Amino acid sequence: MSEKILMTSSDIKRTLLRIAHEVVEKNRGTENLVLIGIQTRGVPLAKRLAGMIREFEEIAVTVGTLDIGLYRDDVSTNNLRPIIHDSDIPIDITGKQIILVDDVLYTGRSIRAAMDALMDTGRPKSIQLAVLIDRGHRELPIRADYTGKNIPTSQNEEIKIHFKETEGKDEVIITKRTQNP
Amino acid sequence: MTTAFSEHDNASGFSSPSATLRRRHILDLDDFSKDEIELVFKTGDAMLEVLGRKIKQVPTLRGKIIANFFIEPSTRTRSSFELAAKHLGASTISLDTAKSSMLKGESFINTLHTLQNLGADTIVIRHPQAGAPYLAAREIRSSILNAGDGWHAHPSQSLLDLYTIRQCLGNLEGLKVTIVGDIKHSRVARSNIWGMNAMGIKITLCAPYTLLPRHLDGFVSNSHLAPIVVTTNMEEALRGADVIMLLRLQGERQESGLLPSIREYVRLYQLTEQRLSLAKPGALVLHPGPINEDIEITPEIASGAQSVIDKQISNGVAIRMALLYLITGGNHAE
Repeated sequence: MSEKILMTSSDIKRTLLRIAHEVVEKNRGTENLVLIGIQTRGVPLAKRLAGMIREFEEIAVTVGTLDIGLYRDDVSTNNLRPIIHDSDIPIDITGKQIILVDDVLYTGRSIRAAMDALMDTGRPKSIQLAVLIDRGHRELPIRADYTGKNIPTSQNEEIKIHFKETEGKDEVIITKRTQNP
Repeated sequence: MTTAFSEHDNASGFSSPSATLRRRHILDLDDFSKDEIELVFKTGDAMLEVLGRKIKQVPTLRGKIIANFFIEPSTRTRSSFELAAKHLGASTISLDTAKSSMLKGESFINTLHTLQNLGADTIVIRHPQAGAPYLAAREIRSSILNAGDGWHAHPSQSLLDLYTIRQCLGNLEGLKVTIVGDIKHSRVARSNIWGMNAMGIKITLCAPYTLLPRHLDGFVSNSHLAPIVVTTNMEEALRGADVIMLLRLQGERQESGLLPSIREYVRLYQLTEQRLSLAKPGALVLHPGPINEDIEITPEIASGAQSVIDKQISNGVAIRMALLYLITGGNHAE
């Protein structure tokens, strides 16, 4: 197993700051904006983006969390059951501009599930997608509106994102599996 | 939590961690670990969120078939399993054989085979004879969920009781729970004893001698936990209790001579305001239903501030959704 650091703490900070500015620019302000982090790794990212927007716009944007376990398309074929985490969307999303936030965009299946989960709770005006890493290998017609970094990968590589909140340090790491599990 | 399930699932294209109960059937709680019960609770929390929505349905078990096979009358268990399956998007079959001549062993098995051949992924069974769901689990490929067998077990009821207590009091460890009533004939009490034991709850059982099981010693195997206290004195049983769980008294217990009279039972074992005041302030009052008003409990307490009987019913749907979710479908590689 070989390991390489792709982004350091300050890279991640700069990238998130750019995404935060892009989100506000594209939506012409923060009116009706709701940031929703996908459980579990999108949640700290959504919170950080909201924190940055609060700093430079001086306005608090609503942040929610969404678990997609009940909407996965592999529950009936796979013996594994995802642990269902809490979903907490504090407001009615109908008419809101939703920014879905996740760490890595890969097959696109998580995002498909997240959109279905959102639609069951209301009718947002629009849904946009922000991810820190896009690693390719899409299996569905989905793309991100805001991308931190495009990292072409092979399927036996794995992208790991560490957060200060959970791993004690911010960094993005790529590892190569030497054998297939 | 590592023993109950594996953490990662890289092959499916999803980044979130996965879990599974490492079991195909849910027959009783006698072999449930604390981690497994916590997993049911955590899943129940998510189901409760779904129940709070305007549209109470998710597509998780779409295309799955869940059969309710009830050879005994039931209102809340049956309807909550039915609702739970529908909220998860599954198709349901319901068999009501309480009034038919389905009680013979052979036709029970035949009916199970029919349900299996109809494609039932999970069969929820209520049967008057203890052990019937175990027989079913040996005979067929579908997952079996025991919804009550004789005096033996009723795991979903116990899990929803524990979930309700946790919801109201936070932590289960170290609580004192007093179970009052017909322990001897109660599958609710038996499953609860196993479940509470796993969660580190201190149990007191209270009933007249004739309604206590004969061999309580050794019922619970984890000898490192506090032994179960057994008493016939209700006042003593209630002192300091965090939770009081009442059991339904069946009318036939008097007819079969186990009780001299219902009136005497009421005098000694009914939960009254005065007796309730012996428990901890704010102690919870649970009853699995259906209630005999003015026998196990006064109507004032049943609908009073300390009663969580209504919560038990609404939590029942969430917990049954969690159980169906955790065992239905998949390959169950063993």
